[in-house]
Amino acid sequence: MTPIAQVWEWLDAVPDPEIPVISVTDLGIVRDVDWEDGTLIVTVTPTYSGCPATSVIAMDIETALRDHGVDRIAIRQQLAPPWTTDWLKPAARDKLKTYGIAPPQPAGGPESCPHCGSANVERISQFGSTPCKAQWRCRDCLEPFDYFKCI
Amino acid sequence: MSALFEFCLRMGDNTLVLGHRVSEWCGHAPVLEEDIALANTALDLIGQTQMWLGLAADVEGQGRSADDLAFLRDAWDFRNLLLVEQPNGDFGVTMMRQFLFDAWHLGQLETLIDSADDRVSAIAQKAIKEVTYHFDRSSGLVIGLGDGSDESHARMQTALDLLWPFAGEGFEADATDLELAGAGIAPNPAGLRAAFDARVEQVLQRATLSLPESRFAHRGGRTGARHSEHLGHMLATMQVLQRSYPGATW
Ligand SMILES: [Zn+2]
Repeated sequence: MTPIAQVWEWLDAVPDPEIPVISVTDLGIVRDVDWEDGTLIVTVTPTYSGCPATSVIAMDIETALRDHGVDRIAIRQQLAPPWTTDWLKPAARDKLKTYGIAPPQPAGGPESCPHCGSANVERISQFGSTPCKAQWRCRDCLEPFDYFKCI
Repeated sequence: MSALFEFCLRMGDNTLVLGHRVSEWCGHAPVLEEDIALANTALDLIGQTQMWLGLAADVEGQGRSADDLAFLRDAWDFRNLLLVEQPNGDFGVTMMRQFLFDAWHLGQLETLIDSADDRVSAIAQKAIKEVTYHFDRSSGLVIGLGDGSDESHARMQTALDLLWPFAGEGFEADATDLELAGAGIAPNPAGLRAAFDARVEQVLQRATLSLPESRFAHRGGRTGARHSEHLGHMLATMQVLQRSYPGATW
């Protein structure tokens, strides 16, 4: 049986299907990995309950683990405690910013424009291109950008 | 039929029917940002439906799935509030319906997070984060449009007058509610009315809208006794594929 630490390393390389610069472990949605009677159990929690990426993520995790030679895999879904953006790894916040997505802030809005760094920003819409994002705009460089909502 | 099964249908049918109604706006909203917001709201509601109807199917234990419950039941088997099956109307009616539902939904979920049933509590903990966001948006739009131009104010008042008689049904209690309240699984809906009124009045005041005086409430949705004619038409659209090609997958 593969050591659990090795499995976590493999999962670190499975990208989020909608924001491929961060991995499923960066996102904090893999809650547990364990062997049970020769089957590898991966426990995953959804970001938003209706997020269409959830089933793709389960499939991508399974595919990656099979490619590494694990053939008995079960993906379990866990709802509670509910996912929160507090579970994003610190490194993931920097990767989001470099990718052009402002990382979540407890204050409820982005700290600065991910393009030019200006703090002079305004909200366009509470929702965006995926359930986890909202649309904002920079008043200085005038570029629109995605903000990763804080929940 | 067990009380818990009935309760899960009531929760899941509300989010399913409203989720479908809201999704009818996809591609038709007044501005792009609202189109995206409506589609995302619908997506959250359909996700919550999967959880509630999934639990309903588990509780029932007859081998039916959440999809079977959504696509293969008839109008009289649905347990949603009459409010959520009302047609979209204009954008003002859609947002007023969303606001009244969100205010009810939030109060319901606030108590369900402490449910004696861990499965119910887990769904509520997940859903309340999304619904808090929905309520924030719908309140903001009700205030913005109510306290907006003469035209938007008039439309929001008309929407409130139209929908207010559908707001009371969510606070009626029957034997199912009393059984679940006794077991600590779900609240007695009658006990949630005061907090709902306070929540709604605070927003309507800022929106410069007047609450109709009548407390008359249409009923019959959450018991399935008497749905409005609109539900059947909606289901005809929503279910046509599974009804015409049973078991179709892709
Ligand atoms: Zn900028």
